[in-house]
Amino acid sequence: MRQLGIQLILIVGVLAVAWRLLISYGQKAIALRRLGLLALAAFAVWSILDPQIWNEIAGFVGIGRGADLILYGLVVAFFGFVATTFRRFRDLNNRYTRLARRIALDEVPRPGQVAPPLPPAPPTPPTTSTVKAADAD
Amino acid sequence: MDNADVWLVVPLYNEAAVIGDVVRRSRATFPNVVCIDDGSKDGSAEVAEAAGAVVVRHPVNLGQGAALQTGFDYVLSDPRMRYVVTFDADGQHQVHDVEVMLGRIRAGDVQVVFGSRFLDGRTDASLLKRLVLRAAVTYTNATTGTRLTDAHNGLRVLHRDVASRLQITQNRMAHASEIVAQIGAMRIGGHRVAYAEEPVHILYTDYSRAKGQSLWNTVNILAELIWR
Repeated sequence: MRQLGIQLILIVGVLAVAWRLLISYGQKAIALRRLGLLALAAFAVWSILDPQIWNEIAGFVGIGRGADLILYGLVVAFFGFVATTFRRFRDLNNRYTRLARRIALDEVPRPGQVAPPLPPAPPTPPTTSTVKAADAD
Repeated sequence: MDNADVWLVVPLYNEAAVIGDVVRRSRATFPNVVCIDDGSKDGSAEVAEAAGAVVVRHPVNLGQGAALQTGFDYVLSDPRMRYVVTFDADGQHQVHDVEVMLGRIRAGDVQVVFGSRFLDGRTDASLLKRLVLRAAVTYTNATTGTRLTDAHNGLRVLHRDVASRLQITQNRMAHASEIVAQIGAMRIGGHRVAYAEEPVHILYTDYSRAKGQSLWNTVNILAELIWR
Protein backbone atom coordinates (compact mmCIF):
# COMPACT_ATOMS: atom_id res chain seq x y z
CA MET A 1 0.00 0.00 0.00
CA ARG A 2 2.93 2.32 0.75
CA GLN A 3 3.94 1.65 -2.88
CA LEU A 4 1.18 3.97 -4.01
CA GLY A 5 3.19 7.04 -3.00
CA ILE A 6 6.19 6.31 -5.18
CA GLN A 7 4.00 5.10 -8.03
CA LEU A 8 2.18 8.41 -8.01
CA ILE A 9 5.43 10.35 -7.95
CA LEU A 10 6.86 8.32 -10.84
CA ILE A 11 3.71 8.66 -12.92
CA VAL A 12 3.72 12.41 -12.33
CA GLY A 13 7.40 12.52 -13.28
CA VAL A 14 6.85 10.65 -16.55
CA LEU A 15 3.84 12.80 -17.40
CA ALA A 16 5.81 15.95 -16.64
CA VAL A 17 8.53 14.83 -19.03
CA ALA A 18 5.96 14.05 -21.72
CA TRP A 19 4.43 17.47 -21.20
CA ARG A 20 7.85 19.08 -21.42
CA LEU A 21 8.09 17.56 -24.89
CA LEU A 22 5.02 19.48 -25.92
CA ILE A 23 5.98 22.92 -24.67
CA SER A 24 8.15 25.15 -26.73
CA TYR A 25 11.54 26.59 -26.01
CA GLY A 26 10.11 29.62 -24.25
CA GLN A 27 11.97 31.78 -21.75
CA LYS A 28 9.89 30.09 -19.08
CA ALA A 29 10.94 26.59 -20.10
CA ILE A 30 14.62 27.53 -20.07
CA ALA A 31 14.29 29.24 -16.69
CA LEU A 32 12.52 26.21 -15.24
CA ARG A 33 15.20 23.90 -16.56
CA ARG A 34 17.92 26.03 -14.96
CA LEU A 35 16.08 26.19 -11.65
CA GLY A 36 15.65 22.42 -11.75
CA LEU A 37 19.34 21.98 -12.37
CA LEU A 38 20.21 24.26 -9.46
CA ALA A 39 17.84 22.37 -7.17
CA LEU A 40 19.42 19.11 -8.26
CA ALA A 41 22.92 20.41 -7.54
CA ALA A 42 21.86 21.67 -4.12
CA PHE A 43 20.29 18.33 -3.33
CA ALA A 44 23.42 16.49 -4.48
CA VAL A 45 25.56 18.57 -2.11
CA TRP A 46 23.11 17.90 0.68
CA SER A 47 23.15 14.16 0.08
CA ILE A 48 26.99 14.14 0.16
CA LEU A 49 26.92 15.83 3.56
CA ASP A 50 24.17 13.55 4.83
CA PRO A 51 24.02 10.22 2.92
CA GLN A 52 21.23 9.03 5.16
CA ILE A 53 18.87 11.56 3.61
CA TRP A 54 17.99 9.19 0.75
CA ASN A 55 16.98 6.43 3.11
CA GLU A 56 14.85 8.85 5.09
CA ILE A 57 13.05 10.08 1.99
CA ALA A 58 12.68 6.52 0.72
CA GLY A 59 11.12 5.49 4.01
CA PHE A 60 8.83 8.49 3.83
CA VAL A 61 7.43 7.62 0.38
CA GLY A 62 7.36 3.89 1.10
CA ILE A 63 10.41 2.43 -0.66
CA GLY A 64 12.73 0.04 1.11
CA ARG A 65 16.09 1.63 0.38
CA GLY A 66 17.48 4.97 -0.68
CA ALA A 67 19.37 3.30 -3.54
CA ASP A 68 16.08 2.24 -5.11
CA LEU A 69 14.81 5.78 -4.90
CA ILE A 70 17.94 7.04 -6.66
CA LEU A 71 17.42 4.42 -9.37
CA TYR A 72 13.81 5.50 -9.92
CA GLY A 73 14.87 9.12 -10.08
CA LEU A 74 17.59 8.27 -12.61
CA VAL A 75 15.12 6.41 -14.83
CA VAL A 76 12.84 9.44 -14.97
CA ALA A 77 15.76 11.83 -15.50
CA PHE A 78 17.20 9.67 -18.26
CA PHE A 79 13.86 9.44 -20.01
CA GLY A 80 13.58 13.21 -19.84
CA PHE A 81 17.06 13.60 -21.26
CA VAL A 82 16.28 11.27 -24.16
CA ALA A 83 13.05 13.10 -24.94
CA THR A 84 14.60 16.58 -24.88
CA THR A 85 17.65 15.50 -26.84
CA PHE A 86 15.48 13.80 -29.46
CA ARG A 87 13.49 16.95 -29.94
CA ARG A 88 16.52 19.20 -30.04
CA PHE A 89 18.25 16.92 -32.52
CA ARG A 90 15.21 16.89 -34.79
CA ASP A 91 14.98 20.69 -34.82
CA LEU A 92 18.69 20.93 -35.55
CA ASN A 93 18.26 18.46 -38.40
CA ASN A 94 15.44 20.55 -39.88
CA ARG A 95 17.61 23.67 -39.86
CA TYR A 96 20.52 21.81 -41.35
CA THR A 97 18.28 20.46 -44.12
CA ARG A 98 16.97 23.91 -44.98
CA LEU A 99 20.50 25.26 -45.10
CA ALA A 100 21.75 22.46 -47.37
CA ARG A 101 18.71 22.85 -49.63
CA ARG A 102 19.32 26.58 -49.96
CA ILE A 103 22.92 25.92 -51.00
CA ALA A 104 21.89 23.23 -53.49
CA LEU A 105 19.28 25.46 -55.13
CA ASP A 106 21.58 28.49 -55.25
CA GLU A 107 24.11 26.49 -57.25
CA VAL A 108 21.84 25.66 -60.19
CA PRO A 109 20.42 28.15 -62.67
CA ARG A 110 16.66 28.47 -62.43
CA PRO A 111 14.56 26.81 -65.17
CA GLY A 112 14.69 28.85 -68.36
CA GLN A 113 17.85 30.68 -67.33
CA VAL A 114 21.24 30.05 -68.82
CA ALA A 115 24.00 28.79 -66.61
CA PRO A 116 26.48 31.44 -65.50
CA PRO A 117 29.73 31.19 -67.49
CA LEU A 118 32.32 29.00 -65.84
CA PRO A 119 35.46 30.73 -64.59
CA PRO A 120 38.45 30.24 -66.94
CA ALA A 121 40.34 27.07 -66.21
CA PRO A 122 43.69 27.51 -64.47
CA PRO A 123 46.74 26.92 -66.70
CA THR A 124 47.67 23.27 -66.70
CA PRO A 125 50.99 22.54 -64.98
CA PRO A 126 53.73 21.00 -67.15
CA THR A 127 53.43 17.25 -67.09
CA THR A 128 57.11 16.56 -67.73
CA SER A 129 58.96 15.03 -64.84
CA THR A 130 62.14 17.02 -65.33
CA VAL A 131 61.69 18.83 -62.05
CA LYS A 132 64.36 17.57 -59.67
CA ALA A 133 63.85 17.51 -55.97
CA ALA A 134 66.03 20.16 -54.36
CA ASP A 135 68.83 18.96 -52.11
CA ALA A 136 68.35 15.37 -53.16
CA ASP A 137 71.66 14.46 -51.58
CA MET B 1 1.34 17.62 -76.37
CA ASP B 2 5.00 18.48 -75.75
CA ASN B 3 4.73 18.13 -71.97
CA ALA B 4 6.61 21.40 -71.43
CA ASP B 5 4.36 21.97 -68.41
CA VAL B 6 5.51 18.74 -66.74
CA TRP B 7 8.59 18.24 -64.55
CA LEU B 8 9.89 14.87 -63.41
CA VAL B 9 11.48 15.06 -59.95
CA VAL B 10 13.93 12.21 -59.45
CA PRO B 11 15.69 11.72 -56.08
CA LEU B 12 19.09 10.27 -56.92
CA TYR B 13 21.43 8.37 -54.65
CA ASN B 14 24.14 6.05 -55.95
CA GLU B 15 22.35 4.82 -59.09
CA ALA B 16 25.11 5.47 -61.63
CA ALA B 17 24.53 2.11 -63.33
CA VAL B 18 20.94 2.87 -64.32
CA ILE B 19 20.25 6.61 -64.02
CA GLY B 20 21.52 7.39 -67.54
CA ASP B 21 18.97 5.07 -69.15
CA VAL B 22 16.21 6.21 -66.81
CA VAL B 23 16.81 9.88 -67.71
CA ARG B 24 17.11 9.21 -71.46
CA ARG B 25 13.93 7.11 -71.57
CA SER B 26 12.03 9.71 -69.57
CA ARG B 27 13.25 12.65 -71.63
CA ALA B 28 12.01 11.03 -74.85
CA THR B 29 8.52 11.89 -73.57
CA PHE B 30 9.13 14.43 -70.81
CA PRO B 31 11.94 16.87 -71.65
CA ASN B 32 11.98 18.42 -68.16
CA VAL B 33 13.77 16.11 -65.74
CA VAL B 34 15.46 17.28 -62.55
CA CYS B 35 17.58 14.84 -60.55
CA ILE B 36 18.32 15.76 -56.96
CA ASP B 37 21.66 14.18 -56.25
CA ASP B 38 21.67 13.39 -52.55
CA GLY B 39 25.41 13.21 -52.09
CA SER B 40 26.08 10.19 -54.35
CA LYS B 41 29.58 8.78 -54.18
CA ASP B 42 29.52 6.96 -57.53
CA GLY B 43 29.31 9.80 -60.07
CA SER B 44 25.53 9.48 -60.48
CA ALA B 45 25.18 13.25 -60.85
CA GLU B 46 27.55 13.41 -63.82
CA VAL B 47 25.80 10.49 -65.56
CA ALA B 48 22.40 12.15 -65.07
CA GLU B 49 23.72 15.47 -66.37
CA ALA B 50 25.24 13.80 -69.44
CA ALA B 51 21.86 12.22 -70.13
CA GLY B 52 20.28 15.67 -70.21
CA ALA B 53 18.75 16.09 -66.77
CA VAL B 54 19.09 19.22 -64.64
CA VAL B 55 21.01 18.15 -61.54
CA VAL B 56 20.58 19.84 -58.17
CA ARG B 57 23.28 18.68 -55.78
CA HIS B 58 22.76 18.38 -52.06
CA PRO B 59 26.09 19.29 -50.45
CA VAL B 60 25.55 16.44 -47.96
CA ASN B 61 23.29 13.39 -47.87
CA LEU B 62 19.92 14.38 -46.42
CA GLY B 63 17.58 11.54 -47.39
CA GLN B 64 14.94 10.90 -50.02
CA GLY B 65 12.21 13.00 -48.45
CA ALA B 66 14.51 16.01 -48.33
CA ALA B 67 15.50 15.41 -51.95
CA LEU B 68 11.84 15.42 -53.04
CA GLN B 69 11.22 18.71 -51.24
CA THR B 70 14.30 20.23 -52.88
CA GLY B 71 12.95 19.05 -56.23
CA PHE B 72 9.57 20.66 -55.56
CA ASP B 73 11.25 23.94 -54.62
CA TYR B 74 13.25 23.83 -57.86
CA VAL B 75 10.38 23.07 -60.25
CA LEU B 76 8.09 25.61 -58.57
CA SER B 77 10.51 28.29 -59.78
CA ASP B 78 9.49 27.43 -63.36
CA PRO B 79 6.36 29.48 -64.11
CA ARG B 80 5.36 27.13 -66.96
CA MET B 81 5.19 24.14 -64.63
CA ARG B 82 1.67 22.79 -64.09
CA TYR B 83 2.35 19.18 -63.04
CA VAL B 84 5.07 17.53 -60.96
CA VAL B 85 5.81 13.83 -61.29
CA THR B 86 7.80 12.08 -58.55
CA PHE B 87 9.79 9.32 -60.21
CA ASP B 88 12.32 6.78 -58.91
CA ALA B 89 15.91 6.71 -60.14
CA ASP B 90 16.33 2.94 -60.05
CA GLY B 91 14.33 2.07 -63.16
CA GLN B 92 11.32 0.56 -61.35
CA HIS B 93 8.87 3.05 -62.86
CA GLN B 94 7.48 3.04 -66.40
CA VAL B 95 7.24 6.21 -68.49
CA HIS B 96 4.06 4.83 -70.03
CA ASP B 97 2.38 4.77 -66.60
CA VAL B 98 3.26 8.44 -66.16
CA GLU B 99 1.57 9.26 -69.48
CA VAL B 100 -1.63 7.51 -68.36
CA MET B 101 -1.54 9.29 -64.98
CA LEU B 102 -1.01 12.66 -66.67
CA GLY B 103 -3.95 12.00 -68.96
CA ARG B 104 -6.00 11.39 -65.82
CA ILE B 105 -4.92 14.63 -64.10
CA ARG B 106 -5.27 16.73 -67.27
CA ALA B 107 -8.95 15.79 -67.32
CA GLY B 108 -9.11 18.41 -64.56
CA ASP B 109 -11.30 16.75 -61.94
CA VAL B 110 -8.44 15.64 -59.66
CA GLN B 111 -5.32 17.41 -58.43
CA VAL B 112 -3.31 14.35 -57.42
CA VAL B 113 -2.88 10.94 -59.04
CA PHE B 114 -1.19 8.25 -56.95
CA GLY B 115 0.35 5.21 -58.57
CA SER B 116 -0.69 1.87 -57.09
CA ARG B 117 0.88 -1.55 -57.46
CA PHE B 118 -2.23 -3.32 -56.24
CA LEU B 119 -4.92 -2.29 -58.68
CA ASP B 120 -3.94 -4.86 -61.28
CA GLY B 121 -1.82 -7.98 -61.51
CA ARG B 122 1.16 -6.57 -63.39
CA THR B 123 3.47 -6.05 -60.43
CA ASP B 124 5.10 -9.20 -59.15
CA ALA B 125 5.85 -8.61 -55.46
CA SER B 126 6.65 -11.26 -52.89
CA LEU B 127 3.95 -12.25 -50.42
CA LEU B 128 5.87 -10.76 -47.50
CA LYS B 129 6.36 -7.46 -49.31
CA ARG B 130 2.67 -7.40 -50.14
CA LEU B 131 1.73 -7.99 -46.51
CA VAL B 132 4.05 -5.25 -45.28
CA LEU B 133 2.79 -2.74 -47.85
CA ARG B 134 -0.79 -3.63 -46.98
CA ALA B 135 -0.08 -3.03 -43.31
CA ALA B 136 1.58 0.30 -44.13
CA VAL B 137 -1.35 1.50 -46.23
CA THR B 138 -3.86 0.40 -43.59
CA TYR B 139 -1.97 2.46 -41.03
CA THR B 140 -1.75 5.44 -43.39
CA ASN B 141 -5.46 5.29 -44.24
CA ALA B 142 -6.35 5.09 -40.57
CA THR B 143 -4.23 8.10 -39.63
CA THR B 144 -4.67 10.42 -42.61
CA GLY B 145 -8.32 10.13 -43.61
CA THR B 146 -7.48 9.06 -47.14
CA ARG B 147 -8.47 5.87 -48.96
CA LEU B 148 -5.53 4.45 -50.88
CA THR B 149 -4.38 0.97 -51.82
CA ASP B 150 -0.62 1.64 -51.95
CA ALA B 151 0.81 4.41 -49.79
CA HIS B 152 4.50 3.74 -50.31
CA ASN B 153 4.64 4.07 -54.06
CA GLY B 154 7.10 6.64 -55.32
CA LEU B 155 5.16 7.36 -58.52
CA ARG B 156 2.79 10.31 -58.12
CA VAL B 157 1.53 13.19 -60.24
CA LEU B 158 0.77 16.43 -58.39
CA HIS B 159 -0.85 19.62 -59.61
CA ARG B 160 1.21 22.76 -59.05
CA ASP B 161 -1.25 24.00 -56.42
CA VAL B 162 -0.68 20.85 -54.38
CA ALA B 163 3.11 20.77 -54.78
CA SER B 164 3.37 24.39 -53.68
CA ARG B 165 1.58 23.56 -50.42
CA LEU B 166 3.62 20.48 -49.51
CA GLN B 167 6.32 20.84 -46.89
CA ILE B 168 8.08 17.52 -46.38
CA THR B 169 9.99 17.34 -43.11
CA GLN B 170 10.52 13.58 -42.87
CA ASN B 171 13.93 13.36 -44.46
CA ARG B 172 14.29 9.61 -44.36
CA MET B 173 11.72 7.00 -45.23
CA ALA B 174 8.46 8.19 -43.72
CA HIS B 175 8.01 10.93 -46.32
CA ALA B 176 5.58 8.87 -48.43
CA SER B 177 3.05 8.71 -45.61
CA GLU B 178 3.78 12.33 -44.77
CA ILE B 179 2.89 13.39 -48.33
CA VAL B 180 -0.38 11.46 -48.12
CA ALA B 181 -1.14 12.98 -44.71
CA GLN B 182 -0.50 16.54 -45.91
CA ILE B 183 -2.62 16.03 -49.02
CA GLY B 184 -5.40 14.60 -46.86
CA ALA B 185 -5.31 17.65 -44.59
CA MET B 186 -4.89 20.16 -47.42
CA ARG B 187 -7.59 22.69 -48.32
CA ILE B 188 -7.34 24.62 -51.57
CA GLY B 189 -9.83 27.48 -51.67
CA GLY B 190 -11.72 25.81 -48.85
CA HIS B 191 -12.02 22.50 -50.68
CA ARG B 192 -10.40 19.16 -50.04
CA VAL B 193 -7.89 17.93 -52.59
CA ALA B 194 -9.43 15.50 -55.08
CA TYR B 195 -7.21 12.53 -55.80
CA ALA B 196 -7.31 9.33 -57.83
CA GLU B 197 -5.25 6.16 -58.07
CA GLU B 198 -3.96 4.63 -61.27
CA PRO B 199 -2.56 1.12 -61.63
CA VAL B 200 1.18 1.16 -62.26
CA HIS B 201 3.67 -1.55 -63.00
CA ILE B 202 6.66 -1.64 -60.65
CA LEU B 203 9.46 -3.54 -62.31
CA TYR B 204 11.51 -5.47 -59.75
CA THR B 205 14.72 -6.25 -61.56
CA ASP B 206 17.61 -8.14 -60.03
CA TYR B 207 19.35 -4.79 -59.76
CA SER B 208 16.55 -3.18 -57.81
CA ARG B 209 16.12 -6.26 -55.63
CA ALA B 210 19.78 -6.19 -54.74
CA LYS B 211 19.46 -2.52 -53.80
CA GLY B 212 15.92 -2.79 -52.53
CA GLN B 213 14.80 -1.59 -49.17
CA SER B 214 14.88 -4.37 -46.69
CA LEU B 215 11.65 -5.04 -44.92
CA TRP B 216 13.29 -3.90 -41.70
CA ASN B 217 12.77 -0.45 -43.14
CA THR B 218 9.08 -0.82 -42.43
CA VAL B 219 9.83 -0.84 -38.73
CA ASN B 220 11.83 2.36 -39.19
CA ILE B 221 9.07 3.96 -41.24
CA LEU B 222 6.48 3.26 -38.55
CA ALA B 223 8.81 4.50 -35.82
CA GLU B 224 9.51 7.72 -37.73
CA LEU B 225 5.80 8.26 -38.25
CA ILE B 226 4.89 7.77 -34.62
CA TRP B 227 7.70 9.86 -33.11
CA ARG B 228 7.60 12.83 -35.39
